[in-house]
Amino acid sequence: MSSIVAEQLSKTFPGEARPVVDSVSFRIEPGEFVVLLGPSGCGKTTLLKMINRLYEPTSGRLLIDGADARAVPATELRRRIGYVIQQTGLFPHLRIEQNIAVVPQLLGWERRRIEVRIDELLDLVELPRAYRRRYPRQLSGGEQQRVGLARALAADPGLMLMDEPFGALDAITRARLQDELLRIQQRLHKTILFVTHDVDEALRLADRLLIMRAGRMVQFDTPLAVLSHPADDFVRDLLSADDVLRRLSLLRVADALRPPAVNEGYGNGSSALTPTDDLRIALGRVLEAGGESLPVVADGQNVGRVTPASIAAALARGERALPD
Amino acid sequence: MLPRRPLLPRLRGVNVRYLIDNLPYVASLFGQHVLMVGVSLAVALAIALPLGVVCARVAQLRNIVLGVLGIIYTIPSLSLFVLLIPFTGLGLRPAVIALVAYAQLVLVRNVVVGLTGIDPAIVEAARGMGMTGAQILRQVELPLALPIMLAGVRVATLSIIAIGTIAAFINAGGLGLLLFDGVRSSNPEKIIAGAIAVSALAIGANGLFWLLERRAAQATHTG
Ligand SMILES: Nc1ncnc2c1ncn2[C@@H]1O[C@H](COP(=O)(O)OP(=O)(O)O)[C@@H](O)[C@H]1O
Ligand SMILES: [Mg+2]
Repeated sequence: MSSIVAEQLSKTFPGEARPVVDSVSFRIEPGEFVVLLGPSGCGKTTLLKMINRLYEPTSGRLLIDGADARAVPATELRRRIGYVIQQTGLFPHLRIEQNIAVVPQLLGWERRRIEVRIDELLDLVELPRAYRRRYPRQLSGGEQQRVGLARALAADPGLMLMDEPFGALDAITRARLQDELLRIQQRLHKTILFVTHDVDEALRLADRLLIMRAGRMVQFDTPLAVLSHPADDFVRDLLSADDVLRRLSLLRVADALRPPAVNEGYGNGSSALTPTDDLRIALGRVLEAGGESLPVVADGQNVGRVTPASIAAALARGERALPD
Repeated sequence: MLPRRPLLPRLRGVNVRYLIDNLPYVASLFGQHVLMVGVSLAVALAIALPLGVVCARVAQLRNIVLGVLGIIYTIPSLSLFVLLIPFTGLGLRPAVIALVAYAQLVLVRNVVVGLTGIDPAIVEAARGMGMTGAQILRQVELPLALPIMLAGVRVATLSIIAIGTIAAFINAGGLGLLLFDGVRSSNPEKIIAGAIAVSALAIGANGLFWLLERRAAQATHTG
């Protein structure tokens, strides 16, 4: 887990008049999953590459874990930061195990420790250990990106930079890898900076969204806060914040819970909701049930009910009642 | 029954008597030729590899260097050999210098093509993981460029073998001697012997490097 602080970070490429990244400041807490979202060409990749110093900022300061990123040689800094890119960048002439071993080898790990780590990582990204001896092109696109993820995680970095890692995958594979990434994040608590221009992906993954437009940061807040209170029309349009169902999908039944009705039973099974269902699903069920209230069941106990009015109230409040 | 024919000297219409009768001499010239080509190739590679790497990095330099090497390549070989004599005298030295100069264009160009043809995402990933420039060159770029570089070595070797025959004119020895002597003394058998030996060397070298190229392409999973 690493913290990242950017102070007035700017980047102007040589010979260009306008900065590609323009005075961006933010603070990312250890263990946060931050998604950089914005239209193509707004400077997301450039901002990301300044963090592992593939690009040097024209001005401004970057602190990683409180220390200036320029305090150590760039190569040393990068070995402590996981880096995943859309095209995977796997080395085609090296076996999967050799690809995964790159950073541990750069760090001078013992052979034995590397061997053990390779198996651990293949398990973590749910690839068969038999893949160790394969070459990248013998794997599907989704499998290659799993290897890319394993390779970036190899030396257990506190910070992961991911530049549209799932951008080239089909929708089903992408959704599966998003789930995997969330699962891995829940286990490992990395600080993650994830670039995408896919709004659904951003809403799905982010603890906080960092929204960029033409090199500037326009909003940096939780998905729900951004959807409920977009900073301007650009953000509103980018996220289709007027889409009520999209906002509902970020809220939980727990956010719209009313006390149980007196003498209410367990509901009729299939229509009962759980506190972690999202409100979009809940609204659908409520409408199916004729617009009545529906019971909410947790661990076999009737814990309350949702009603059309409670859903509307949760939407109006626009915030989560309970953290996940 | 077929009449008995003399075993040789005519093999499908080609007179190989000289070759048979003077096999040790032809073999020694063959050895000289291999030495001349081998030394030239080694020196040429020692120059072309770093030059190619630099040219792959610096785009402006690339066009200048390849331009100059292209001009050298078009100088007729006999005149280049003769031009060198005032500086180096006769013998193997000017021959090697000229052959090295001829080989540069193909070798440098293929190093450049091999390196610049690598998917930039692969190099970016390598940098992003914290490899140094030297580590990227040795562990990633050169292995990936190897098949194309070897193709350059193969073509350069073939041209050095061919041009090397002309080096006999400046006393560098080699299989060219058979050709020049044959012409001078109107001895077609000698010319045929020289031609067969040169062809054998070229075909052998071509096959060897082709095999290496194939193996490199398989090892890098690019071919
Ligand atoms: N190396 C570079 N040199 C010059 N301009 C660049 C370079 N990299 C990116 N740019 C320009 O900077 C802008 C932002 O690029 P980028 O950060 O890749 O955007 P995004 O990742 O949001 O799509 C684009 O207009 C792009 O053309
Ligand atoms: Mg980008």
